[in-house]
Amino acid sequence: MAGLAAVPIIADSIDEPFYTVLFSRMLILSIGAISLNLILGFGGMVSFGHAVYLGIGSYVVGIGTLHAIEDGVSWMANGFIHMGIAVAVSALTALIIGAISLRTRGVYFIMITLAFAQMFYFIAVGNDNYGGDDGLSLYTRSEFYELLDLSNDNTLYYLNFIFLIVFLYFSHRLINSRFGMLIRGAKSNEKRMESIGFPVYRYRLVAFVIAGAICGIAGVLSANQTDFVSPAVMHWTRSGDLIIMVVLGGMGSLFGPVIGAVAFLFLEEFLSGITEYWQIFFGPMLVLIVIFGQGGIDGILVRLDKWWQIKKSA
Amino acid sequence: MNWILLLEQTLNGLQLGILLFLLAAGLTLIFGIMDLINLAHGSLYMMGAYFAATFTNWTESFFLGVLLTLPACMLFGILLEIIALRTLYTRSHLDQVLATFGLILFFNEFVRLLWGPIGLDIPLPDILNGSVELIFGIRYPAFRMVIIATGIIVALLLYLLVSRTKIGMLIRAGASNRQMVSALGVNINLLYTIVFGLGAALAGLAGLMAAPIMTVEIGMGEGILILTFVVIVIGGVGSIRGAFVAALLVGFIDTVGRSFLPDILGLFVSNDVADTAAPAISSMLTYVLMALILAIRPQGLFPPKGV
Repeated sequence: MAGLAAVPIIADSIDEPFYTVLFSRMLILSIGAISLNLILGFGGMVSFGHAVYLGIGSYVVGIGTLHAIEDGVSWMANGFIHMGIAVAVSALTALIIGAISLRTRGVYFIMITLAFAQMFYFIAVGNDNYGGDDGLSLYTRSEFYELLDLSNDNTLYYLNFIFLIVFLYFSHRLINSRFGMLIRGAKSNEKRMESIGFPVYRYRLVAFVIAGAICGIAGVLSANQTDFVSPAVMHWTRSGDLIIMVVLGGMGSLFGPVIGAVAFLFLEEFLSGITEYWQIFFGPMLVLIVIFGQGGIDGILVRLDKWWQIKKSA
Repeated sequence: MNWILLLEQTLNGLQLGILLFLLAAGLTLIFGIMDLINLAHGSLYMMGAYFAATFTNWTESFFLGVLLTLPACMLFGILLEIIALRTLYTRSHLDQVLATFGLILFFNEFVRLLWGPIGLDIPLPDILNGSVELIFGIRYPAFRMVIIATGIIVALLLYLLVSRTKIGMLIRAGASNRQMVSALGVNINLLYTIVFGLGAALAGLAGLMAAPIMTVEIGMGEGILILTFVVIVIGGVGSIRGAFVAALLVGFIDTVGRSFLPDILGLFVSNDVADTAAPAISSMLTYVLMALILAIRPQGLFPPKGV
């Protein structure tokens, strides 16, 4: 963590600002993965449409700044307003998607969340006023009065970093609260939770909405990072990427999603540096990770640690 | 309303429905029997189209190309099952989703490497290139009629296979109680491989029939795969009958919605509003249908017995 805090300083000192941008993307996707981990890792809800909220957050910034510049509505470029609207719209969307999807189980749930995500994707593609398929370039990043100047990549990096810390702490508190115990309990035995008398559906729905809202913030940050908004942000493969990050890092572990997001982007950078056809390696690698690597990277670290403890005591 | 256009769009909807059914039948069987979510089913569809394009080029005959494509797809599916998917049957759905997602990435790049990033075309033979006359002098492209006819024949054959033959009996038995079937001495691994090969051939058939009317391109299987998911969720996962009804329903609503929604909306709101809102709403229609059906029947229209 301390290492992450020093990234822009190191990147500047070796004159490679590219690394700040790369790590910035890692932080943003970490936030997205943390939010997905709340429902996927701790709650056992395999949502295959989580990128929708990234899209919503991004489009709030894209549409807001567009009107701010073209129509001169200055409040629409305000970052606080972007955050607020992104959270509200993401939460509402998650409420609707969740209310319908959570009535179903297992494979139905996976496919329905995927289908809803596809629906939002097509809405974005069909919306010609806001760029349609081609997307929107941002004229300006979100404005935070005199407090922050996001046009500086380092400032944006630290904003992402602070949000990451906040959401890590939040999810730590949440999963250890009574609410979090319930969500985890419902993952391991739903019927038992029901028969103790907890309305599992309602609790799950609340968790689903919280996860959506957090991911909406990640969307706002992501639009600012890339200066560009397009339907590709919520393409279904993006949702797949988020799941990969959570599983790669280790489901249901606090830092797992962060490890997963960092590892994912490193792999992408590394492999695409070697060959243009990097996915031809990444795809089979994913299959192997699924077949052999139970518990993700965090799980491997835990097992290594145990092995080390045993060896030391012997 | 224009009745000729309505008839034409109904036939187009039927044709999309048929393609969806061919994909959904394989997917729903694979899920119903092996309990496997196969995201890479869309890749089989894509491979069908690419195989057809290549074989047609080689043999310089569309029909020979078709004859070669079907066994090629089946073989491809069987190899895929033996190499990659067999180990996934006992895994959680999440693991299956991830692994088959990885397979999609692989196949897309594989195709890009082998055939290049530019889409291919399949020229149709002259017999199929013309149009046939329906009633009242209305003409309709011959090849689309062939798609509809082929789909209906395949659906009938599939029905006979599942309900009248020994292998169909095993498939049905496998869908309702796997342990019991293997306890009775049936080679369940072989049955799985056969079913997967069958599903792959059906997906390949859909791909090769879609190839001449849409372009053959990388990722062509993904959009239709998600629509196929909608179909099998609406129909009830594991039910071929459900898949058939839902496929036609989705195909019809999607096609007819796209072409007539602007007019229908125009009756209620101003034309400008209708023109801008219609594309967004029509792409939502199938998903709204899905949401409605699931709100009333979470298990789909025809949930298979014993699941």
